[in-house]
Amino acid sequence: MSDDKQPTSRRSLIKSLVFLPLGAAAGAGAVRALDASAAGPAPEGQPEAYTPTFFTSAEWRFVHAACDRLIPHDEHGPGAVEMNVPRFLDKHMQTPYAAGDIWYMQGPFVKAAPEFGYQGKLALRDIVRVGIKAFDAHVGREFAGKAFADLDGKQQDALLQAAEKGDLKFDDISAKLFFSTLLAEVRNGYFADPRHGGNQNMGAWKMIGYPGMRADYLDWVEVRDKPYPIGPVDLAGRRG
Amino acid sequence: MTIVKNKVDAVIVGAGWTGAIMAKELTDAGLSVVVLERGPDRDTQPDFSYPRVVDELEGSVHRKYLQALSKETVTIRHGIADTAVPYRQMGSFKPGTGVGGAGSHWSGCHFRALPEDFKVRSNLEQRYGKKFIPSNMTVQDFPITYEDLEPHFDHFEYVCGTSGKAGVIDGKYIEGGNPFEGSRSRDYALGPNPNYLGAEWFYKAAKEMGYHPYPIPASNASAPYTNPYGCQMGPCNFCGFCSDYGCLNYSKASPNACIFPAIRGRENFELRTLAQVLKVNLTADNKKATGVTYLDAQGRETEQPADLVLLCAFSLFNVHMMLVSGIGTPYDPVTKTGTVGRNYSYQNLNRVVLFFDESVQANPFIGIGGGGATFDDLNGNRNDSAKSGYIGGGIIWARQPGAGPVRGIQTAPGVPNWGSAWKQGVKEAFRHSFYYEVQGSCMSYDDAYLDLDPTYKDAFGRPLLRMTFDWHDNEIKASQYLVEKATDMCKVLGPKAMKGDAKKDGAHYNVTQYQSTHTCGGAIMGSDPKTSALNRYLQSWDVSNVFAPGANAFPQNNGYNPTGMVGALAYWCATAIREQYLKNPGPLVHA
Repeated sequence: MSDDKQPTSRRSLIKSLVFLPLGAAAGAGAVRALDASAAGPAPEGQPEAYTPTFFTSAEWRFVHAACDRLIPHDEHGPGAVEMNVPRFLDKHMQTPYAAGDIWYMQGPFVKAAPEFGYQGKLALRDIVRVGIKAFDAHVGREFAGKAFADLDGKQQDALLQAAEKGDLKFDDISAKLFFSTLLAEVRNGYFADPRHGGNQNMGAWKMIGYPGMRADYLDWVEVRDKPYPIGPVDLAGRRG
Repeated sequence: MTIVKNKVDAVIVGAGWTGAIMAKELTDAGLSVVVLERGPDRDTQPDFSYPRVVDELEGSVHRKYLQALSKETVTIRHGIADTAVPYRQMGSFKPGTGVGGAGSHWSGCHFRALPEDFKVRSNLEQRYGKKFIPSNMTVQDFPITYEDLEPHFDHFEYVCGTSGKAGVIDGKYIEGGNPFEGSRSRDYALGPNPNYLGAEWFYKAAKEMGYHPYPIPASNASAPYTNPYGCQMGPCNFCGFCSDYGCLNYSKASPNACIFPAIRGRENFELRTLAQVLKVNLTADNKKATGVTYLDAQGRETEQPADLVLLCAFSLFNVHMMLVSGIGTPYDPVTKTGTVGRNYSYQNLNRVVLFFDESVQANPFIGIGGGGATFDDLNGNRNDSAKSGYIGGGIIWARQPGAGPVRGIQTAPGVPNWGSAWKQGVKEAFRHSFYYEVQGSCMSYDDAYLDLDPTYKDAFGRPLLRMTFDWHDNEIKASQYLVEKATDMCKVLGPKAMKGDAKKDGAHYNVTQYQSTHTCGGAIMGSDPKTSALNRYLQSWDVSNVFAPGANAFPQNNGYNPTGMVGALAYWCATAIREQYLKNPGPLVHA
């Protein structure tokens, strides 16, 4: 994947972060970076190198571009790309859950009002795969052969908004269904425990002030006057 | 080739609350008992131990502790002329599976019904005249009274270590409890849990409006406790993983923590897991059950002969089991005859979310499933239906079972679903918002019922249960009325924004949004075999050695969570079997 084809915000994000941990961080940050290099996980702010085993290279480009628009890096906190959400998605699409393990998948598949929920025959991984293909095919027709990942941020946002509202029409899948499914999965990857592949170093939890898997608050139930003071812990026992 | 097991005195279908209670009571009585549970065995250790149980992706997305709809689900339609479609993904309600069933992943709200909830029809007729109840509303009196169940309510609360504050004991009022409750024989097993911020503020707001707030009775222990069976519970540490999860702390009452430890070693008790019961076997005249047929863990068809069959599955699947087995006559909504499937009802739940600025430390990740505060000023007979315009009642409550970001973060009105503005919205909202809910009753109607679907099958080749249900004007009015009351009350607290979800006129039942797992009715108890599937002892009118305790027995649903009532009914049923049926097996009520 070439970063040159990423929109400006993503390019500047990569530029600003790749060299940051050792160069710009203060003592604590440098120590964390050194620890990280020994223990495995990369310093916060930099996505880890990862080779997808579910997504094709074209899908992988789409996923990165979409993650970067749905949860961008900004002044509020880390973005989905640097939180390794693409890696989460690649792993999650290979779980029994994504293959439809717990959904009722028997036909006949009939149209029903939205109040009855999803009635199609595609499992999660197929909604994502068919959706990406349809989305990129649509972009190719509208933008002279380009892929979604080739467009600038403004164009990407406009297309995602159109999909969200149901204004985009694809042949093989409802654009609205694809969008809502993708958004839910991106949020899952951003916020789920790091063991599932995303939320690197609990960055998403730190942003919102979630103590993660601490699961013990009896001492703080009746405290009113100060914010909860302890940072997050994950399922592996790491502290953030 | 069907494997045939040795005959036992009683076979129990399902290892949730009612199955555990029945197994305890009937083994106490000396009967040989086999419990067949379709899911895996589960216990606090190792299944609900920390940290493995607190994985939000597994618990709330992969639904690790819930029923896999790929195996068994229902189909749903709004009206009797519509085509039903499958409930393909978990949304509106969440049946459990495995030992403990829904009793392991519930929250812990543990109410008793009000005395007037037992006599809905006669109470309404007495207050407003015989013509007041709409002709399509099929509400009925329970065939028993609050007084009949009081000892069983009490016992179940002590089994569960229920933490609360009595409002009325032996007819005497006690400050701080619910003044409108039925009289109790003694206080709760434990005192109330401490209040999180939203619950503390609930008292302030409710009192300002002249309401009578009290602690929600919570089966989340507020102190170390040993129940009458010798099972130990530890104080709830507000971990925030109640609903959807098993308790890591022996704090939330469950069949796993509070009953099974007392009976697992008994010689006259056997628990067979991964045992999917397919049907109840009947004699040729359909008047007696001879046992059940199930698929064992290896998928082999197996017959378990028994003198007594206790249907203790989740309410919906008790009804399904009766229908696929041919127990009783299926309800027909056109002729309005038949009883099995009749009077399906639900719960009318709506939410008001309050958003505050950063100075307010709401900390919604601090959670206790059943704790919090509520009041009954708009429930039961406090609702003047002639004035409010709807029949039934409801409670408004502060409840915080524990929030995490995968389970979803409520954002203030106007915040988009993604992008920088969404990030800002979740950041501002997460630690500084909480919600109150209104939980309303749901009446029963002649066009809300359960039967077998003509098209869709489960993984075992049986027709799926078909649910025909939609909101009626009465429940929509109730939703609007109660949400307005809740919103009025919240203004006192000065939130910077509020979001309420009262049902709009003409709203249809939406199965995609979680509302409540309080599915009720379908095999109701009553005093007339023409309009009820079970008699006052939860015994089938048609097959006298089949009993079906559960929320399926409610003729309509009241404003409370059903579990307290379900447990009490199971003890009531078990007492009738022990004290009457075993001495003289046969119908306990003659029609």
